[in-house]
Amino acid sequence: MTDEKTLVSGIDVPAPESGTDGGGVLGAIGRVGASRRQFIKGVISSGAAVSSAGYVFGGMAGCSTEQAPTVGGVERLISLNVNGETRRVDVLPYETLAMTLRYKLGLTGTKLGCDRAECGACTVLLDGVSTYSCSTLTHTVRNRAIRTVEGLEGPNGELHPVQQAMIDELGPQCGFCTPGQVMAAVALLESKPNPTRDEARFAMSGNLCRCGAYDHYLNSVMRAAQSA
Amino acid sequence: MSKDMMRAFELYQPDSVENAVELLGRFGPDGWAMAGGNDTLDWFKDRVKYAGSVVDLSGVEALQGIRETADGVEIGAMTTLTEIETSALIQERFSVLADSARRVASPQIRNTGTIGGNVCQDTRCWYYRYGVDCYRAGGNSCYADTPQGQNREHCLWGADRCIAVTPSDTAPALVVLDARMVIVNGDGEREVPAEEFFIGPDIDIERMTVLEPGDLLTAIRIPNDWAGAQFYFEKVADRNTWDFPLVNIASAMFVEGGTVSRIRMAAGAVQCVPRRLSVVEDIVTGSAPDEDTAALAGQAAVRGATPFNYNHFKIPLLENLVKRAIRDS
Repeated sequence: MTDEKTLVSGIDVPAPESGTDGGGVLGAIGRVGASRRQFIKGVISSGAAVSSAGYVFGGMAGCSTEQAPTVGGVERLISLNVNGETRRVDVLPYETLAMTLRYKLGLTGTKLGCDRAECGACTVLLDGVSTYSCSTLTHTVRNRAIRTVEGLEGPNGELHPVQQAMIDELGPQCGFCTPGQVMAAVALLESKPNPTRDEARFAMSGNLCRCGAYDHYLNSVMRAAQSA
Repeated sequence: MSKDMMRAFELYQPDSVENAVELLGRFGPDGWAMAGGNDTLDWFKDRVKYAGSVVDLSGVEALQGIRETADGVEIGAMTTLTEIETSALIQERFSVLADSARRVASPQIRNTGTIGGNVCQDTRCWYYRYGVDCYRAGGNSCYADTPQGQNREHCLWGADRCIAVTPSDTAPALVVLDARMVIVNGDGEREVPAEEFFIGPDIDIERMTVLEPGDLLTAIRIPNDWAGAQFYFEKVADRNTWDFPLVNIASAMFVEGGTVSRIRMAAGAVQCVPRRLSVVEDIVTGSAPDEDTAALAGQAAVRGATPFNYNHFKIPLLENLVKRAIRDS
C-alpha cells in the first residue's frame, strides 16, 4: 500500500484521501467503477489482499491448473448442508469434502493429516456417521447432513460435553488429531450413550494420535458418557 | 510433482444400474466405477492410476441393502461393511461374513467402504502401489521377487511373475459361503461363483477379478447351503486397525454325531486369490474336529508352500490358523 498513487496513476484513478483506511484498491474501484482489468491490476498491487486469499484458497492451487472436460458430468454449483446451514459452493468434480470444508467454506477445524484415510484427523459426521472427509468426494454428499467440529458449539458458545470432557481429562497433547477424535466420540455417544471402555476403544480405533494420548482420550470419552 | 492433488476427471452420478452400466460401457478403459472411494482416491492422489471418467455409484438405490430371497440372502454391492457387520440377518445365518467385515480397516472406512469395493480392490504390493513398472503394471519385472525385495506380505502359492496377494478380508468368507457374484454389463447379467470371481496372474496379470472394463458387480448372492454352520474367522495383521491381513482364514463346518459332515475353508493373503483349502476339507470330513485332526489338517494345508526371503513366517501362521479353525469353531 506504500506506493498507491504511482501504481494506479497509469489508469487515471485518484489516490485515496489521506486518513481513509478503506482507501486503496477497493476504495478506488468503488469511486470510479473501474474495469475488471483495472481491478485485477489493483489486487496484484495489494499485498494484503493477495496474502489473505492465499491462506484460504492456497491449498486449491493445484486443482485449478487442469481443466476437466465438461460434458455430461456433475454441475459445479451445489448446495451443502453443513452444521445445519445451507451453503452454496462451487465444487470441482474431483474435490474432496475436506478440501471444500477447509478451503472453500473456511471450516478449518477439520484437519488434513495423511489425506489417505489412514489417520482420522479429517473425521466429520455424515447423517451422524463418522467418515473420513479426505476420502469422500464432496459431490457424493450433496444430500447428507454434514457436521464438523465447528457445529458442536452450543447456542451460547458453550462446549459440547465431549469437548469439555477432553479438557477435564487432559485428552489432547499437541491437539492436531483432536477435532477428529472429538467427532468420532460424538458419533459413538450419539448412537451408544453408555459404551463400555472396550466399545469406546473399538469405536475410536480409526483415529491416530501421534502423541500417544490414547488413554487420555478414552478417559475423556468415558467421562463424557457419564456427564451426558 | 504434487502427490496430493488428483488429476482432473469428470464425475458422473447415475441413479440406476442401467445408467451406470451404460456409462461404464461408453467409457470403457477410461471409465472407473467408484464405490466408497477410500481406495479409489488413494490411487488418484498418488497419481499411479488415472481415469478420465469416474462413475459414482452412491446414488444407485438398487445397489444398496441386504435382502432375503427365496433361497438365501442378496447383498447389494454398495452395502457398507458396517451394515453387513451389524445386520441381524447376516449375524444369524452367515456370521463368518459379519466377523470378516468387522475386521476390515477402521470404523470410518467400514462406514463408507462397501462389500463390492472390498472384493474388487487391487492388491497392496507396495512396489506396485508405488507406481513402478512391474509386471502387474504392464512392465517386465517384479521388484518384490528379487534378493533384496521386501516380500514379507507376499504369496506362498500361485506366483507367476507377480507374487502379490489378495488383500480382502471378506473374500475368503464369501468363498466359504459359496457366494455368487452378480455381474451386469451391456449384454445383460451373469452369475459367477466367488471362487472363480478372483483370478491369479496366470490368467491375467493386470486384474484381480474377472471384471473387465464395462462390467459392474451389482450384488452378491449367498445361498442358504451354509446357513447356521459352525463358523470361524480370524485375521492376523501387524496392527488391529487399518492393516491388511498377513494371513486370514474363514471356515464353515457342520458336525453331526461328533464327526464333521461338511466343511469349507479358505485363506487370504497367501495367494493372489483366496486360497480354497480343499486338502483340509478332504482330511477333516468324516473325522472328529479334535486336536489330532486339526494338527494333521494344519500340516496338510501348508504342503507345497513356496516362501520368499521374508515371508517364511506365513507357513506356521497359516498352519496354526487352520488348526484353530477346526478346533475352536
